[in-house]
Amino acid sequence: MQSKFEELFHSGDKLLSIYMTAGFPNLNDTVPILKALEANGVDFVEIGMPYSDPLADGTTIQQSSQKAISNGMNLNTLFAQIKEARKEVSMPFVYMGYLNQLMQYGLEKFCKACIDAGIDSLIIPDLPMDVYEEEHKAIFDDYNLGMSFLISPQSGEARIKEADRLSHPFLYQVSSNAITGAKSGISKAQLDYFGRIESMGLKKPKMIGFGISSKETFEQACRRANGAIIGSAFIKAISQEGSIESKVEEFIKSIRS
Amino acid sequence: MQYAVNEKGFYGDFGGAFIPEMLFPNVEELRQKYLQISSTKEFKKEFDDLLKHYVGRPTPLYFAKKLSEKYKTQIYLKREDLNHTGAHKVNNTIGQILLAERMGKKRIIAETGAGQHGVATATVCALKGLQCIVYMGEVDIARQAPNVARMKMLGAEVRPATSGSKTLKDATNEAIRDWIGNPEDTFYIIGSVVGPHPYPDMVARFQAVISEEIKKQLQEQIGRDYPDYLLACVGGGSNAAGTFYHYLDDQRVQLFMAEAAGHGIDTDKSAATSVLGTEGIIHGSRTLLMQTEDGQIVEPHSISAGLDYPGIGPLHAHLIKTGRARSFPVTDRESLDASFMLSRTEGIIPALESAHALTILEKYDFGKEDIVVLNLSGRGDKDLDTFMKYMDDYAK
Repeated sequence: MQSKFEELFHSGDKLLSIYMTAGFPNLNDTVPILKALEANGVDFVEIGMPYSDPLADGTTIQQSSQKAISNGMNLNTLFAQIKEARKEVSMPFVYMGYLNQLMQYGLEKFCKACIDAGIDSLIIPDLPMDVYEEEHKAIFDDYNLGMSFLISPQSGEARIKEADRLSHPFLYQVSSNAITGAKSGISKAQLDYFGRIESMGLKKPKMIGFGISSKETFEQACRRANGAIIGSAFIKAISQEGSIESKVEEFIKSIRS
Repeated sequence: MQYAVNEKGFYGDFGGAFIPEMLFPNVEELRQKYLQISSTKEFKKEFDDLLKHYVGRPTPLYFAKKLSEKYKTQIYLKREDLNHTGAHKVNNTIGQILLAERMGKKRIIAETGAGQHGVATATVCALKGLQCIVYMGEVDIARQAPNVARMKMLGAEVRPATSGSKTLKDATNEAIRDWIGNPEDTFYIIGSVVGPHPYPDMVARFQAVISEEIKKQLQEQIGRDYPDYLLACVGGGSNAAGTFYHYLDDQRVQLFMAEAAGHGIDTDKSAATSVLGTEGIIHGSRTLLMQTEDGQIVEPHSISAGLDYPGIGPLHAHLIKTGRARSFPVTDRESLDASFMLSRTEGIIPALESAHALTILEKYDFGKEDIVVLNLSGRGDKDLDTFMKYMDDYAK
């Protein structure tokens, strides 16, 4: 499974990744959204497991999560949906969720279910690097599930290098001091930060996320990284009236035309 | 210190700092500085002076004669309700504002449930001339109107938390999100022994003045410096942490905690975390919390906004798991009974939170000579609207 990621990152293309909240707007929209994203040339997707208390997320993802939970989304349903989508969709799937859900489900059972469903790697924003390495890494490694850690403008150099060392297959570069969906436009200070990280010569590919919402911000981020991740703007687009297929097509075209 | 936090911020299996990277530098800065700053002579002097002359400490340890006769035991009330602002919460906000000042922070944020911590934060911000923003659940804003007015009177901005259950846990989420967005100039004053390390330890240390005084006062009043039992209510757990702090390793002292059972622990309207909770992560701490099978945090219920929280501090989770402390679930109705009982037995109107601890006197058979110290953590002025609703049930 990692080879799909390797191909993508070796291609030299600027990658577009989309974050979606699973089970939103409707419980059974997950599979059609995944199909439509691949059909429109998205390179890989972050599938967000909705959580009641998503600390790193802004209003848009919080509200989509609440809706998805009340739609009845849970881990078993999500794994079944991903398995279904895998029959037709071949792009890499990144699971994104909070640590409490994994603990409650059971870590080993969770890893098994991920592999069985066809998930390639993970983002757990509230899993600290030291706890990961000391307590959990061996289990994730057994299942060949990589983990992407986050760095932010406030992260110190040693910490960035630590995230670079532990992240696989890519490093998640948070664009600003903010929760998801918080800002529009990219400031001079952010561009300086992108440049600073790029000049560090890190080993892992970098994807920039948070606050990427348009063709312009996507392209700005891509100049200093291997690609960028769009979340809240996509959730807003998919909340509008219309068919999943047309909404996804219209949104992706607005970013990459 | 068997029950002290270790250098990684854990009490046994519980604690730590499970936070998104965006929060790490803020929390790390605090972790590196809180002990270093708070252990200086200069800090201690200002802390002690403010507690004495501004807050009004030491608070009395009052031998409640009529209450003792009623329950056939020796009951002492630690009168935290007599603090400036009406509860123990101010001990902690004084400590944290002095830290914030010394770390050069200009903007203070806080979460609040009943509003007591919000008022205590707004108070110290006014005292120090710092900007103050308090996040409060929309539901709590409606049921704790007097405290909302007090915060505004003190110059604070009260921002409603409108997500989730619109109570304390959601106010805490909003405050954490604010801190992520403002990492440089902002200090987050957490009101309880919850959140990522170093908060549980830091808040417990600032509240430890409660048990420090109990020791001294017992020595003066009964000639020995420890009780047989310590009683306190637990939402997040800050007043209990302060009450227990200097006795944690003293096995002669039994530690009893009252938790909010809401409508009862066999209903879906409860906040009795140590009974209904399982291990997980809430607000950056590994602890006991109330959650669904899918790991979604549940919306708790208690008549008392200050106990309406689906987790408990990691120290308390550790005390429960190791058997060091015992927890008593207390229903809304029992806490009302106790509120009216204390008002009419001793002429003291307790906060609904503190009234939960009083019900342990009904639930446990204390010996006639036993020394029982109960932390009366707050006064009931803020709960008068609630009490008025039930007044007819308690006609004299």
